[in-house]
Amino acid sequence: MIKTPTSKVRLLAAIASLAMLGAVTSTLHADTNAPAAAAPAAAAPAAAPTPYPANTNAFSSASLTNQVAFLEAAHSNSDPTPTGITYESDPGHNAWMMVSAAFVLMMTLPGLALFYGGLVRSKNILSIIAMCFGITALVSLLWWAFGYSLVFGTNFTPSTGPTPLGYIFGGTEFFFFKGITSVPNNNYAFWVSQNVYAIFQLTFAIITPALIFGATAERMKFSAVMAFVLGWMFIVYFPLAHMVWGATGYMNGVWNAAAKIPAIDFAGGTVVHMSSGWTALILCLILGKRVGHGKEPMPPHSLVLTFIGTALLWVGWYGFNAGSAVAADVVAANAFTTTTLATAIGALTWPLLEWIFKGKPSVLGFCSGAVAGLVVITPACGFVNTTGAVIIGVVAGVVPFIMCTVVKNIFKYDDALDTFGVHGIGGTCGALLTGILVDPTVNGNLQAVSAGTPANAAMQNGLITAITNHTLVVAQAQAAGITIALAVVGTLILGFLVKLVIGLRPSVEAEHQGLDITDHGEEGYNH
Amino acid sequence: MKKIEAIIKPFKLEEVKDALHELGIEGMTVSEVKGFGRQKGHTEIYRGSEYTVDFLPKIKIELVVADGALEGAVAAIVKTAKTGKIGDGKVFILPVENAIRIRTDETGDKAV
Repeated sequence: MIKTPTSKVRLLAAIASLAMLGAVTSTLHADTNAPAAAAPAAAAPAAAPTPYPANTNAFSSASLTNQVAFLEAAHSNSDPTPTGITYESDPGHNAWMMVSAAFVLMMTLPGLALFYGGLVRSKNILSIIAMCFGITALVSLLWWAFGYSLVFGTNFTPSTGPTPLGYIFGGTEFFFFKGITSVPNNNYAFWVSQNVYAIFQLTFAIITPALIFGATAERMKFSAVMAFVLGWMFIVYFPLAHMVWGATGYMNGVWNAAAKIPAIDFAGGTVVHMSSGWTALILCLILGKRVGHGKEPMPPHSLVLTFIGTALLWVGWYGFNAGSAVAADVVAANAFTTTTLATAIGALTWPLLEWIFKGKPSVLGFCSGAVAGLVVITPACGFVNTTGAVIIGVVAGVVPFIMCTVVKNIFKYDDALDTFGVHGIGGTCGALLTGILVDPTVNGNLQAVSAGTPANAAMQNGLITAITNHTLVVAQAQAAGITIALAVVGTLILGFLVKLVIGLRPSVEAEHQGLDITDHGEEGYNH
Repeated sequence: MKKIEAIIKPFKLEEVKDALHELGIEGMTVSEVKGFGRQKGHTEIYRGSEYTVDFLPKIKIELVVADGALEGAVAAIVKTAKTGKIGDGKVFILPVENAIRIRTDETGDKAV
């Protein structure tokens, strides 16, 4: 019994044609540009490797002073351009970023898959795993074709100055990873290869949509999940990630001198957690409750899996947070430290509240507190000190706890695995707390440069003034508001569109049987 | 011949088995079961969701004995399975018409 074979054939054809388009574009690019530019993605394997940087002898022909300055720049993760030495990436910074990218991928596969998978009933474990895997594969394709360029490109912003389009989307110059090589893109990192940076950022683009479907667990068709993600990346993720992290983004206080809102988000409080969390709320309201919700028990089928998933998330989060320094530098070291503290304090606070109000500290409480701590510290980890991290840990243990145990029961929405309570609310808390607890001494990008050197972005867009006047929280609230608006409106449009075209929910019978059998034709456990 | 069905607390199984063994009873069937009587279940809390679990895990022992061995066997079970607290379980005694040992075709008391 094959359902609608034509639509699947069409999907495959679409992927194939996308890949061919990429190959053609890259080849054209290689033909029409200087050979020193990118190696084409579809180059024949026998072709001689293109040497880069263009002038590999620059170092040996430079003066000793410039050579020392060059090495010192790599050491301190600063700009080596004044030394005049053409350069490649730095092995140390690159090594850390490749490890970080692998760590963040591990957060989704298997971290999030196990964390969510353990929380559903055993008949739906594979639906969670398939969703995480499917999103990983689909988003990788989108990222290569369009995503990275729309987020981190800049050619929508002409040299004459910022435009509305350029504030919201990056550009087209990196479509199909065109021109992305091991040479760094100085807009984002002086010493990390741009291909490594692109894959590092890909892993963020993967986990963000995967987070959403905790709220909709056990009752959303796999086809609907994939269709929703396909639209959501373009309508919500790519514009939001560009606005916050793109060099020409609307609210990138750290890097964009022309940013309208000088907000800061170190590792994704708005981009990752608020966007997925608020989307999760709207989507679970559009979907409706699970069949039998509130009437029959729906306990987690394996808190052991949830525990393993939590531990993998925590470890992987070092890549997420400390890796977001895009260097193995002092800022990464600070993020590494604050991440640990906030997570541990969150994991202490949540079960403590359970012990006081419910009688027993639960393993799920430890897991929830740890994840909440990780979420809330995410936007702040490279901008706050250890005292700030401990305060954030306490807030992370208290606020999401109240959301998940009190508020959810009052409003009776079925946020199945508490994506909104932990990520939506936790992310919002983090965005605001970053504005309150910011400590410019831990991050050089928040400090004015010395007189005589060109003003940095934070001086030009008002970020440093906001920090000095303790008004940064206003910019943070504006950024949070834009994030919520984008996620809510985007999800309302897309949710109803997917519902209209292919439907969101399986049949009641299929939902009762479990999505593992009805969507994937297999079972997680065969005793 | 009589069949004894005893529902007991799981941790008492070893003691009961040993006591029956000392009486010369050589076989029994044991299963893990769930149920409830006067002992209440417990509440499980997963974040905001609370579930009452009514059915508690118990062990069911089934054995068939000759009429003469019945009294001793029942007394041994009751004595060893007793903790004095609620939830100790129950013993049921049923009449058995016949028994057959499949290997030897023996029937009646010889087969148990």
